[in-house]
Amino acid sequence: MAHPSDRLYSKDHEWVIVDGDVATIGISDFAQDQLGEVVYVDLPAEGDALTVGDAFGEIESVKSVSELIAPVSGEIIEVNGSLGDSPETVNADAHGAGWMVKVRFADESELADLLSGEDYDAFITEG
Amino acid sequence: MSEDLKRTPLYDEHVALGARMVPFAGWEMPVQYAGIIEEHRAVRRSAGVFDVGHMAEFRVFGFSAFDFLQRMFTNDLHKIAELGQAQYTLMLDDEGHIIDDLIVYHSGDLEYLIIANAGNHEVDFEWLKAHAPDDLELVDESDRTSLIALQGPEALRIVAELAGEGWEAPARFTLREATLDTIPVLVARTGYTGEDGVEIIMRAGDAPALWRAILSFAEVTPAGLGARDTLRLEMGYPLYGSDMDRTVDPISAGLGWVVPKSKTGFMGAEAVAAVRDTGPTRKLVGLSFDNGIPRHGYAVLHEGVEVGKVASGTFSPTLESGIATAYVPAELAAVGTRLDVEIRKKTVPATVVKPPFVSKTSLSA
Repeated sequence: MAHPSDRLYSKDHEWVIVDGDVATIGISDFAQDQLGEVVYVDLPAEGDALTVGDAFGEIESVKSVSELIAPVSGEIIEVNGSLGDSPETVNADAHGAGWMVKVRFADESELADLLSGEDYDAFITEG
Repeated sequence: MSEDLKRTPLYDEHVALGARMVPFAGWEMPVQYAGIIEEHRAVRRSAGVFDVGHMAEFRVFGFSAFDFLQRMFTNDLHKIAELGQAQYTLMLDDEGHIIDDLIVYHSGDLEYLIIANAGNHEVDFEWLKAHAPDDLELVDESDRTSLIALQGPEALRIVAELAGEGWEAPARFTLREATLDTIPVLVARTGYTGEDGVEIIMRAGDAPALWRAILSFAEVTPAGLGARDTLRLEMGYPLYGSDMDRTVDPISAGLGWVVPKSKTGFMGAEAVAAVRDTGPTRKLVGLSFDNGIPRHGYAVLHEGVEVGKVASGTFSPTLESGIATAYVPAELAAVGTRLDVEIRKKTVPATVVKPPFVSKTSLSA
């Protein structure tokens, strides 16, 4: 399972695509596979603040609940509303249509703590 | 995975199918293969096959068998007087608390077969042994036998194809001998999913061949314990350890129907009669949700005050919403009562309903 190199990954299994000062955040393909069929995604609202390392929501499958951990800090400028009706999108397309929030982030140095696709692949294999 | 976990004869089959294996009641069992929701829907729409080889099978034979089981179990064995008939029943202690829920089959003259929960295997057998008269043959058949469930609208047709010419399906809640694809078995038309289907008892060594024969049908999907749980909860079928345990009586658990009022002289009879007399102080109810997924142990509130905890809770793949059971004070048990459940940091409204949560299945048609 090779994770794409067009983005960075956190050890909490979130991915981040950076475009200027906007970061789009979702969970990795590995994470959705581990979770199983997603039945509910609990996301914050526009305007809410994310603090790197803190939980910003929850994702549930039939058998489990996992926290979503912020890979960067910032203010939420957009939330993926389609996940309310179709949480299974996270399984079908975790890296694309399954995106969760867009954040205006301020601290570029936080990106240095994130992993490349290659390093993330290594991380999940040795874990 | 721990070395101490037991494996059914089908363990290698599950691994080969890519199952996620988890510990359950001391066994290493498949919780899912393709996915719980997919497997659940396959059972409701077509057929699913389950390895239930972890369950316990006991055989009781002798002239004392009827009287003995009539004393040990709550349900009336007169109702299964005909050979092959089966019934759901409870085994209580002398305080009227539930030791296990079981199915008992009138498998032969002077003989009964009992299928019990894996988690209560040792407790059940020791309890029966301790109370059994000397002239009774009480045998734990669990190691020699295995159990496969095939459930869904297509299940009986598949059994008929495997059984070949001359096969007549047993009636609901009846057990019959058969040869499926050359394998000698007992086919019981019982199950835990709410769909029509069978539970097949066979020699342990024959389980892999039968499993593969069943899976050779394209209409059959392998289904794990995850789907088994969502299926039974949609029907309101109780799970021992979740919906009842050694602290609860049948009346509070909503299982009074398994304890006929006319029957006396069984273990726990006086205690149950006393609860019936005064009325239970708490009752197991169903809870339906518009939002949120309730889970075991979450607090149930009435007007801000905690009044109970969720017993069983899950996401219903058929309803696409949360469903649960919970013990609440008897005065809050009426259908339609509005309660709240604390789903982690959120207080989520719920409504008391009478299960089943799903009423249209191949059994109800």
